[in-house]
Amino acid sequence: MTRRRGWRRALARLGLAALVWLVVVVMALPLYWVATGALKTNREIYTFPPVWIPRDPQWSNFVAAWEAVPFGRFFLNSIVTTLGAVTIELVFALFSAYALVFVKARGKGIVFAVTVAALLVPQTVTLLPNYLTIARLGWIDTYQGLIVPVAAVAFGVFLFRQHFLTLPRDLLDAARLDGCGHLGLLRHVVVPLSRPVIVTFLVIYLVSHWNDFLWPLVATNRLEWRTVPIGVAYLYQVEGVQNWGPILAGTVMALAPMLLVYVVAQRWIVKGIGGGALKG
Amino acid sequence: MVRTVDVLESERRASTRARLGTLARVAFLRRAFGDWPLFVLFVAPNLLLLAVFTYWPLVYSGYLSFMQWDLISPVKVFVGLENYRFLLTDREFHEVLRNTVVFTVGTVGGTMALGLVFALLLDQPLRGIAVARGFVFVPYVLSGAAVAVFWVNMLNPRFGVVGQVASWLGTVSPDWLNHPQLAMVAVILVSIWKNVGFATIVYLAGLQRIPQELYEAATVDGAGALARFRAVTLPQLGPITLFLVVVSTIASFQAFDLIKVLTDGGPVNATTTLLFSIWEQGFVAFDAGRAAAASVLLFALLAVISLLQVRLGERRVSYD
Repeated sequence: MTRRRGWRRALARLGLAALVWLVVVVMALPLYWVATGALKTNREIYTFPPVWIPRDPQWSNFVAAWEAVPFGRFFLNSIVTTLGAVTIELVFALFSAYALVFVKARGKGIVFAVTVAALLVPQTVTLLPNYLTIARLGWIDTYQGLIVPVAAVAFGVFLFRQHFLTLPRDLLDAARLDGCGHLGLLRHVVVPLSRPVIVTFLVIYLVSHWNDFLWPLVATNRLEWRTVPIGVAYLYQVEGVQNWGPILAGTVMALAPMLLVYVVAQRWIVKGIGGGALKG
Repeated sequence: MVRTVDVLESERRASTRARLGTLARVAFLRRAFGDWPLFVLFVAPNLLLLAVFTYWPLVYSGYLSFMQWDLISPVKVFVGLENYRFLLTDREFHEVLRNTVVFTVGTVGGTMALGLVFALLLDQPLRGIAVARGFVFVPYVLSGAAVAVFWVNMLNPRFGVVGQVASWLGTVSPDWLNHPQLAMVAVILVSIWKNVGFATIVYLAGLQRIPQELYEAATVDGAGALARFRAVTLPQLGPITLFLVVVSTIASFQAFDLIKVLTDGGPVNATTTLLFSIWEQGFVAFDAGRAAAASVLLFALLAVISLLQVRLGERRVSYD
């Protein structure tokens, strides 16, 4: 009897493992497809049944993609825009959340409500008016136009506030008695105690700005001001269905930075997003 | 000499009194306002940006929705509710609304159902489970535009991987992205592939928070695996499910890059959702009034959905 049960359990475990790996295959297959596709010759791409392993890796596809559209410029634009926006957001979110938790003042509730209520306003509603605003400021095709309208933080303030509320008050009081001012407290006590949350914040905002498509599409007109996601869509448009090798190579280049961020920071992303969601 | 000292003394007293006065005033102000100036300094920059680029546009969209304007001409013509009347009676706009509902229900439903299944599978203590979790979440951090580009390649019936899968299954793959009905199915499937990792991770975190005693108690009561799932797991995941529904619904209403690259709203508007049509009206047709009216409708729709979900949640979700 017990033996039969043991058998059953082993079989169930095996079945479960098989299902888990089936899930992995389904989720990973597209990534394998684009990675190998980027190295295929045109002949290998346009055959059926498809080729699974490129015989003679065509690294020249990457060169062709880089030459077909100004990828260097797209990357520069994406890097400046993403880093600029994330830096502003981090500073704003840290100061706002600090003020909301540790500075004595009236009207905190209103400020917090006004900040978080911004989450309810979809980007769609702000798109046209913000376009008109930056057009009037002469900010079309500029970094400030790409950065400033998307640099306000709502979720980040919420994330930091929730964390700051859990920090030990005694420690802060002790630091204050030692003559630490608010800026000192923020720098020497609060920030060091918030490293994991800050990493989560950075990753969430890094990913969302790097991948943003709609605002850069609206805020820029000239090709040399486009960002990487728009650049990839453009590459696909100009190369059409005739030249998939370079298109897939360009796609791999566009995917690479966030893949790298993900591999490096996976622990924090998973914890931050899973945990953050539960607190929220 | 004495007088000088006296003068000095009285001056010192006066200045002390003045300083005490200032201190008292500062203390009084502090009691009244706290560190109000510092507080304002800390929160003002962010609030200013929110005011200019989030709240003002909301108001201005409302204003524009009563106007007829081509974005260029110096005059905006007041047309009252005409833009709303047009949209609400326009057959094409009805189609857009229907597409939006289909896309949202398909994406949110699919993402959450699959996310729950994935989370249950990935909650098992198997070897290499961390790697498996990693793979499930990867697509969520990737650019939607880039993802859409390589899915266009995969979905090609002549040389894409779906053609191969179809032939393994003994059929021929249709031309997904150019098919009037299947285009929407394809867009939904790609969207599920990209977003399922988020639901999975959130559900996993939820599963790991369920107290083990509840399962033990259920087992003692003679509950089998399925009964335990229905009696313990599902109710415990209630609040998280509600959170996921709200977040994914809002996100799927804003899906743009996937649709833009995969189908460009076609074939013949078959995959044109509300956001996509707002963008088209505003930035392709240059009809600011209609775009604004549509975006106000979207905002209202989202607000109603959020409220409904919260209401439903209060009734459905059990916290005991």
